[in-house]
Amino acid sequence: MEMAGNKNRDVWVFAEQRHGEFHDVSCELIGKARELADSIGSKVVAVLFGHDLDGIANTLVKHGADVVFVADSPLLAEYRLLPYTHVFEQMVTEHNPDIILMGATAMGVELAPRLAARLRTGLSAHCIDLKLNDDGNLLQVVPGWGGGVVATIACPDHRPQMSTVMPGAMKALPEMDRDGAIEKITVELPDTDMGPEFVKVERIVATEQPLEKADIVIAGGWGVGSEEDWSLLEELARLLGGAVGSTRPPVDEGWATENQMIGQSGKTVRPTLYIGIGISGVMHHVVGMDQSKLIITINSDKNADIFEVSDVIVAEDFRKIVPKLIEEIKARKIQ
Amino acid sequence: MKRIIVCVKPVPDPKEWDKVSMDPETKTLKREGIPSVINPLDKHALEAALALRDLHGGEVVLLSMAPPFAQATLREGLAMGADRAVLVSDRVFAGSDSLGTAEILAAGCRWINDFDLVLCGNSSIDGSTAQVCSQLGEMLSLPNVMHVTGLELSDEGKLSITQKIESGFVQLSARSPIVLSVRKELNKPRYIAFTGILAAESKEIVTLSNDELCVSSECIGLGGSPTKMAGLELRTFERKKEKLEGTAEDIVTALVEKIYQCGVLEC
Repeated sequence: MEMAGNKNRDVWVFAEQRHGEFHDVSCELIGKARELADSIGSKVVAVLFGHDLDGIANTLVKHGADVVFVADSPLLAEYRLLPYTHVFEQMVTEHNPDIILMGATAMGVELAPRLAARLRTGLSAHCIDLKLNDDGNLLQVVPGWGGGVVATIACPDHRPQMSTVMPGAMKALPEMDRDGAIEKITVELPDTDMGPEFVKVERIVATEQPLEKADIVIAGGWGVGSEEDWSLLEELARLLGGAVGSTRPPVDEGWATENQMIGQSGKTVRPTLYIGIGISGVMHHVVGMDQSKLIITINSDKNADIFEVSDVIVAEDFRKIVPKLIEEIKARKIQ
Repeated sequence: MKRIIVCVKPVPDPKEWDKVSMDPETKTLKREGIPSVINPLDKHALEAALALRDLHGGEVVLLSMAPPFAQATLREGLAMGADRAVLVSDRVFAGSDSLGTAEILAAGCRWINDFDLVLCGNSSIDGSTAQVCSQLGEMLSLPNVMHVTGLELSDEGKLSITQKIESGFVQLSARSPIVLSVRKELNKPRYIAFTGILAAESKEIVTLSNDELCVSSECIGLGGSPTKMAGLELRTFERKKEKLEGTAEDIVTALVEKIYQCGVLEC
């Protein structure tokens, strides 16, 4: 799609939901879209797909959307790539948004490229920051090479400009008392093959505090060394009311689970306090935690790369430090 | 199954990434001297293809868009058990973004022709956009599924697909032809046997240029790519880097101070 004559500068956000529950990234993106739209005097439009959505569309307004387009149909009850792409393409063709933001989630990273290819426009992946330049081009900041470099991508000659954004990289606005328009979209699907049939979903219910919502994160790496010592991290996290995160090796070893992984192929966290233990500091991990407010790291290797990204450095064996730290905090709590 | 195409990408060996540097003048990455290997997730795609072939017959064809040196990487895939390989290589392809890459790979798939499945890794470790699977599906006008962690073919020819999402797993039922991209949980790639290395020597690698593929120049290369690189920087960090020293007791006392000062705990 060429940009010629496109005066519409609306910023669209794909408001991802499954079974009536929004993915957190939906409101995070609306927060960023609000900032972008305000800077150019345009509107934030949330796009919501699914079925029986009456109760939830207004949440998007409260978080900053001016308009919510609701495509509510039994045909869209379960996410399916081709029906969603078809309906989305029709809406884009009718309204010509300037920007479309989607979460870099399982759904977003599948749907966004398919839609971009159909619209013949550019898409940048896993953005960690977005800015508008004076020409109205969206500068999309993406980590590359495991995060060791950051590239800025633009899409100067095509519209819409599309990005998938890392969950946790943007901040949602608090709920506000505001009004917005909720507009229903008529959903019709063509007779052509709409791809795989949905059979069922098996949900795995998380029991612990979600890592990306924790205000304190205790993260461990290969240097923790054993499952037994890993339990020290869990004890410290419990004591502080935080969550335990991980780099890749502890997940491979089975000390931690996949959903505890922080970094480029895992989660982005931005807690007030991050304590990294036995972490070498490869960029894959660092891109997922470097927005934390206070970073404390403990590693017996005094040349560990993680120290370059740290506010407070402890170049000691954590086994000498963490048990004492636990005792000391317990003692303070009793006082 | 008649034919399964597996897309493989040569990537710089991640073990040697510390050797990557940036040319401050041109702002391009210098990766000379770093050996290439098959993108790790693509090996899982290849394993899935080989396992299906072992059960249901057919042939496994590797497809790669890369410079000519990628022959060595393709040889590795042939040694693992693929039957033949197609390398699409042309200077006019250089600089293509994911949309251009998908166009070129789609042309490669059409040249190979008469396939039931196209398999790829969910993402590559260097570019890591994870955009090619969906865009290849779109270019071929075929459905696609990403994040595949389970794949079975029934006797009636239906594919049963497990897809990993944040909150669990989705089960899908599909017909071929289809484009799938896989996660590492799907399988464990087989080791390369010495006999496999010997057998690979006599397997065919066809190299095609755009003279054969005829992809429109408007869709490929730097000029045909909608996304443009506006800047590239090595990441820098500004942190206090305050070192705590002394006895373990001294350090713990200082740490507790820091933790309470940052305001996340009640005093």
